[in-house]
Amino acid sequence: MRLYGKYFVIHLKSVMVYKTSFLLTCIGQFLVSFNVFLGVYFMFQRFHVVEGFTYNEALLCFGITLMEFSLAETFARGFDLFSYIVNKGEFDRILVRPRNEILQVLGSRMEFSRIGRIFQAIVMFAYGFAVSDVSWNLLKILTVILMILGGSVVFGGLFLIYASICFFTTEGLEFMNIFTDGAREYGKYPVCIYGKRVLQLCTFMVPYALIQYYPLLYLLDRGKAYYSLLPVVACLFLLPCLLLWKLGVRHYTSSGS
Amino acid sequence: MITMQHVCKTYKVSKRDAGFSSAFKALFHKEYEYIHALDDVSFTISDGEMVGYIGPNGAGKSSTIKILSGILTPEQGTCLVNGMTPWKNRIAYVKNIGVVFGQRTQLWWDVPVMDSFELLKEIYRIDTPSYRRTLTELTEMLGLSSLLQMPVRQLSLGQRMRCEIAASLLHDPEILFLDEPTIGLDAVSKLAVRDFIKKRNQEKNTTVILTTHDMQDIEALTDRVILIGKGSILLDGTIEDIKTGFESTEEALAAFYRSHHI
Amino acid sequence: MRKYLAFFRLRFSMGLQYRAAALSGVITQFAWGVMEILMFRAFYRADAEAFPMTFQATASYVWMQQAFLALFMVWMMENEIFNSITDGNIAYELCRPVDIYNMWFARSLANRLSRAVLRCMPILVVTIFLPAPYGLMRPVSFSAFLLFLLTLFLGLWVTAAFCMLIYMTCFFTISPMGVRMVATSVVEFFSGAVIPLPFFPDGFRQVAALLPFASMQNVPLRIYSGDLAGKEMWQAVSLQIFWLFALTFIGKLLNTLAMKKVTVQGG
Repeated sequence: MRLYGKYFVIHLKSVMVYKTSFLLTCIGQFLVSFNVFLGVYFMFQRFHVVEGFTYNEALLCFGITLMEFSLAETFARGFDLFSYIVNKGEFDRILVRPRNEILQVLGSRMEFSRIGRIFQAIVMFAYGFAVSDVSWNLLKILTVILMILGGSVVFGGLFLIYASICFFTTEGLEFMNIFTDGAREYGKYPVCIYGKRVLQLCTFMVPYALIQYYPLLYLLDRGKAYYSLLPVVACLFLLPCLLLWKLGVRHYTSSGS
Repeated sequence: MITMQHVCKTYKVSKRDAGFSSAFKALFHKEYEYIHALDDVSFTISDGEMVGYIGPNGAGKSSTIKILSGILTPEQGTCLVNGMTPWKNRIAYVKNIGVVFGQRTQLWWDVPVMDSFELLKEIYRIDTPSYRRTLTELTEMLGLSSLLQMPVRQLSLGQRMRCEIAASLLHDPEILFLDEPTIGLDAVSKLAVRDFIKKRNQEKNTTVILTTHDMQDIEALTDRVILIGKGSILLDGTIEDIKTGFESTEEALAAFYRSHHI
Repeated sequence: MRKYLAFFRLRFSMGLQYRAAALSGVITQFAWGVMEILMFRAFYRADAEAFPMTFQATASYVWMQQAFLALFMVWMMENEIFNSITDGNIAYELCRPVDIYNMWFARSLANRLSRAVLRCMPILVVTIFLPAPYGLMRPVSFSAFLLFLLTLFLGLWVTAAFCMLIYMTCFFTISPMGVRMVATSVVEFFSGAVIPLPFFPDGFRQVAALLPFASMQNVPLRIYSGDLAGKEMWQAVSLQIFWLFALTFIGKLLNTLAMKKVTVQGG
């Protein structure tokens, strides 16, 4: 943990060297996702309600998903850019150091410019929070925190899968976008609007629904109490990801490229 | 003490020819070929020795260094470094080695060199008194005192290499692997780096394994050279062994490569 | 002309090499298309009256968009070009007896076409067999299909010409990444990549239709499904031709200025 702190400080210092560029990138990040928000806004202007969810409720959902994803992208950026790390031989360097590989990869990259997006997520969430007539209590706030943490873990796990595949091939990994960028894009609406089949996939295969749809139902007083704990269950998703990573590292050390 | 015995390593690579039609063919069918990077390589290096490991590009130099530093697992053969097998129990093993990859940097680009060192202190869990001692020593020997507060991107290549070497030695390793440490350096920096490596080896009895294409490095530093070509060791002896009858080491080496068809 | 053809060929065969990438891209685009259509279905169920296109036309729009993604996505710009501008390697390119604008333009067209050719077929073939409202519909008429092909090409040309503007701006700015990001998101939204133009609210939609961004994917994709027809269609086609010339002209102008800047200031 202390080592991670050191990494954090170094990244912060590096960012401060290029303040203007950093600020511009933040604004850019903000604009890029503003796009998606505008799409949602226009759709609700026209349709008002989808599958029983209003605009304000969709904003709550969008805000949380975007925050989960952006946090994961900020801190697990090393895995997101892993093909680069492998190609540049940076992973060799990591292997000759006496520390856990995952910790070192996490430390190697932090993308603070995602703050632009996190900021937008917070604004959307706050707006949805203020205008929706949800009755808030301590338990619900706790649920939101669990959602954000659990969601970051799930997205982090997906990045880890992506990185693990990089050990075997760096070609043709575009399909992983379905699970990362795709989940961010389509996570703007509650998962249930895509139909039962998708909801099932998002519950049992990659647990998006556990960090988004079900706890959201609980927040809106439409779901059972235990829904609020599902984000914790979603964290189990990390186990197979770690296993794949171990396999990947073993393959790397036996093929050396 | 380093021993390598009968180590073999093979890579599988996909063939790819130039041209439009073969690019189209490769859409449907890919061909692979096997390359024997290391073919029954054995040698022993004792503590405190300084060895030059040379050979043409693609001869298997970096595969050997990778195996010795625990990055690569060979499919055959044994390797023991101070009683440990490098690719088993990685974390315990790498505490005792230092590696310099001449073409890559391990320093953080935008922050002062000192910050990178502080991070390495944390990574290697070096206790503060010994960190201070080693740092003072290295600063003095490599002349780093004016560089430590500068961001890496402002350093010249030679200055950066000196910092790079210091970074690899902060944890006081018993064995040092140098992969082309003088590549691209100007004459002054080259001399400084050579001088330091020599001193380090003499004073601390650090075992040094050095790969390079610069024959002057070899002449200045090592008595013993291991020459590898096409994955096999062609010579394990002194540079004088091949030099006889030639004006310069470079010519001798080129003639030697030719006589072995590499 | 022949040297640009050579660039074109080189790029094209480079694009073909990445078989796994193409396969993976096709799978990705399928998944995105499915999700997109499922999303529209949810809104269609919420209020079919408010739907501005037929559902079938929307589904076709989505599939065509996925099939020809590589032709129209502005974010698929070439890092090589950006790098050569920022790190000064542009000097090498200037040593060759070719016009920078034409060369880069040929290169972008080739890149986009090679990717699209590889990727569109599987998507088109599969989606045309999907059950009625969800699949790709057959073109409404033969003439509409011909016009679709023509406007597809015009749209590609407009897109590539717009990207040239972005490359050229990089000569004059300190933050090419920033310009690129902002331009990309603006284009994406106004070209109908996030939601098709008919879904924009009134007033906003009419203005958006006049912008160059509407001359990219919006026109061919909607002509195909018959959503854009009659007088409105001919207007859209004329606008495409107008923007094609206007953007190319501005691009060439910027090119001349940029070259002057490079040769005078040394990059």
